[in-house]
Amino acid sequence: MIKVKINGQEQSWDGDPDLPLLWFLRDEAGLTGTKFGCGQALCGSCTVIVDKQAVRSCITSINDVAGREVTTIEGLHPNGDHPVQKAWRQVNVPQCGFCQAGQIMQAAALLMDNPKPSHDQIREAMSGNICRCGCYQRIENAIHLASTGV
Amino acid sequence: MNFIDNPTKLRGFEKNIKIEKVSRRSILKGLGITGGFVLAAPVMSRQAFAYETGAGKMPHGVVVDPRVFVAVAPDGTVTILAHRSEMGTGVRTSLPLIVAEEMEADWSRVKVQQAHGDEVKFGNQDTDGSRSTRHYLIPMRQIGASARTMLEQAAAKRWRVPATEVKAVNHEVVHGASGRKLGFGELAADAAKESVPSIEGLKLKDPKDFRYLGKGQVGIVDLHDITTGKAHYGADVRLPGMKYAVIARPPVTGGKLVSFDPDAALKVPGVEKVMKVQGWPWPSKFQPLGGVAVIARNTGAAIKGRDALKLTWDDGANGKYDSVAYRKELEEASRKPGLVVRAEGDADAALKTADKVVVGEYYLPHLAHASMEPPVAVADVKGDKAEIWAPVQSPGGTREDVAKTLGIPEGNVTVNVTLLGGGFGRKSKCDFALEAALLSKELGAPVKVQWTREDDVHHDFLHTVSVERIEAGLDKSGKVIAWRHRSVAPTIASTFAAGAKHAAPFELGMGLVDMPFEIANISCENPEAAAFTRIGWFRSVSNIPRAFAVQSMVGEIAAATGRDQKETLLALIGSPRIVKPAVKDMWNYGEPQDSYPIDTARLRKVVELVAEKGEWGRQVPKGHGLGIAVHRSFVSYIATIVEVAVDDKGKLTVPRVDTAIDCGTYVNPERIASQIEGAAIMGLSLAKYGEISFKDGKVQQKNFDDFQVVRIDESPVVTNVYIVPPGPDTPPSGVGEPGVPPFAPALMNAIFAATGKRIRSLPLGKQLEA
Repeated sequence: MIKVKINGQEQSWDGDPDLPLLWFLRDEAGLTGTKFGCGQALCGSCTVIVDKQAVRSCITSINDVAGREVTTIEGLHPNGDHPVQKAWRQVNVPQCGFCQAGQIMQAAALLMDNPKPSHDQIREAMSGNICRCGCYQRIENAIHLASTGV
Repeated sequence: MNFIDNPTKLRGFEKNIKIEKVSRRSILKGLGITGGFVLAAPVMSRQAFAYETGAGKMPHGVVVDPRVFVAVAPDGTVTILAHRSEMGTGVRTSLPLIVAEEMEADWSRVKVQQAHGDEVKFGNQDTDGSRSTRHYLIPMRQIGASARTMLEQAAAKRWRVPATEVKAVNHEVVHGASGRKLGFGELAADAAKESVPSIEGLKLKDPKDFRYLGKGQVGIVDLHDITTGKAHYGADVRLPGMKYAVIARPPVTGGKLVSFDPDAALKVPGVEKVMKVQGWPWPSKFQPLGGVAVIARNTGAAIKGRDALKLTWDDGANGKYDSVAYRKELEEASRKPGLVVRAEGDADAALKTADKVVVGEYYLPHLAHASMEPPVAVADVKGDKAEIWAPVQSPGGTREDVAKTLGIPEGNVTVNVTLLGGGFGRKSKCDFALEAALLSKELGAPVKVQWTREDDVHHDFLHTVSVERIEAGLDKSGKVIAWRHRSVAPTIASTFAAGAKHAAPFELGMGLVDMPFEIANISCENPEAAAFTRIGWFRSVSNIPRAFAVQSMVGEIAAATGRDQKETLLALIGSPRIVKPAVKDMWNYGEPQDSYPIDTARLRKVVELVAEKGEWGRQVPKGHGLGIAVHRSFVSYIATIVEVAVDDKGKLTVPRVDTAIDCGTYVNPERIASQIEGAAIMGLSLAKYGEISFKDGKVQQKNFDDFQVVRIDESPVVTNVYIVPPGPDTPPSGVGEPGVPPFAPALMNAIFAATGKRIRSLPLGKQLEA
């Protein structure tokens, strides 16, 4: 039996320990905010935070996070008012929105690590997250805004 | 001759292609007539318009009825239906916003509800072709005005005053003389009893009184849900007892399953069943490819099970498709005369007598859509009823196809439209929903079919592959006197009809025969090209290769004559005029020429605007270059300037992009900007990396490592968007797609300015590193 804390709640799993965390979150725990985009850690749509680090849940097994604390987009802030989420709305970042949970989780992790990232640091830290609609300019603007106070 | 005479619509192709096999009912449907169903909705008429659009010619046309689209609750909440699919353009906000504007509803008290697929009720729902605002600005205004009028009439009756004395203002109806007011909620029940006013008698608001339209102050309705993970996409549907399915499909289009061994798959924990999926012979429109499905308790188990299947396929006739060989075939075809699709003057003779002939042969490979949400659908089939949840651009078409595939009446099929995690044309094809329907029927349980990224890249309805060859003849003064453009590419019609080898009118009309330059001798030709995979619509479609060729050629002519790119471009566009190409079936994006002519004054205007705002001719550092391109598509006019920087190792960056768009009357400039910003990224992606290639009939790429798209660290540093203010009554035109075509040629013209290297073959790849 694998135990993991997700958004502050204890969850357990006695199925395949190799099951990617992504599918545990989406299909078993019903937390569908985390998205499937590539399954190979190439696009970042499935990004969650594990113990303060951004992690691609599509290649992280449920066993890898046993006993650890996982935060998904649903748990980032109780009212959805994390500075990154607020900045995202002020800048009207999303188009289709599908990659945005992953982008927001990556950005939140970046700001935890580096509260005032530069242009280049934002571009480097966010380069693992693909947005096919092409919201990049606004993503960068939103992260700047979040880092300077929304 | 073309197989398709007049496909003004993106679906219903088969009706045009094999007309003799079409039942009378479907012909009637094509005409917008359905037997036995009397629709109370007034049908739009020409008198009510300042301009006419092609909306009425789409399958099921337009429905203008406030009772269908608007509901007012006693608490004042106004619910407005969004009947088009949201894939990132903002349409789920924009169309309801038009209704709210015209009915004087307070946007903060409006709820948007997604309509299910039902075109008899809602009118055409095909969300493609950059049509939504273009076709629905006036109908949505009429719906809003009708609802407002009904509320006003109800208030006037309550107060026993003439209706002319009352006026709806911000969610209330006011009687000016007495100062009395009634909220929309208080009037809801009475207003519902009022008869729907005739369209001809409706008074639309004076645009100067608009609170929302054209302002850009309203965020998209799903903004909060998207940022909190609550937004509901196709993949997020969960039903009690739902099974998860992942399918192994034939690796070659048209291939067949020979045998399979399910044993290893069945040993994977969580896998419950392995079953065959019905396939259709190629070409099969949007029908599934067939294969073997692994059914499991979660998607992870289904993927693992699918990977463990042992499969033997018969590749069939397309097993020889090879992109290297095919490119040679296209190139050879482009060097010989082909079917003439536009002829003015005598291009052959003029090319012979020209002082100089500039030749450009351009190659653009297949592209995959790669929307961030791979295809996915949920189906629950019980007996002769089916319910579908899917991110489809074609809710009505999906309903028709599910009914046909399952052999049940269309009325027994409910299609719930979720948000789309990107579409770009891929989700106009409902094959994934049909797969889910077939599996659910056989399993007797709700099923979610999830495509992996590899499935998406391997089994897409790809953007075509093409060779575009242009020969431009110049006289002694450098003036272009002859233009021959041969466009060779497999046609989308091949997905509908076996053996289709020529472009359909709608493909010819995307940048080939509608070429707007003022040249005396023009020949546009379309040599044959056979298809060996599924070809489909990709955001802006044939405009991508055509704009690339035509606008690159402008740069080549500028270089050959030693003139400025922008001046060369303006000289080619020529005088401000309405262009009427000598073309039999001029498609014009399905729009009437009267409302949407090819207007070179507007084309010049966007070039001049972008040149002014984008500081054309500015000094740029060494290694940088500026490039410009303009293109009319989806009846909008767009010009782009790209600044590129190429370092001494051939590494490319894009410091700045400027784009000017004239899309006529517009609703939400903020979303227009976002579409154009995104189009620059998609344009850069296809220019730098975009290539799907085949070997032995199989797609060689699989995921974002080998089908790369642009990431944030290589995206343009700044993208500026300028929107041309519309004239009075300028009809609205497309926004979602037109931003893509001019980007790649502007980039290549910029690369030439920076390096002197002319890139004629996409993708760019490592060509600058050589």
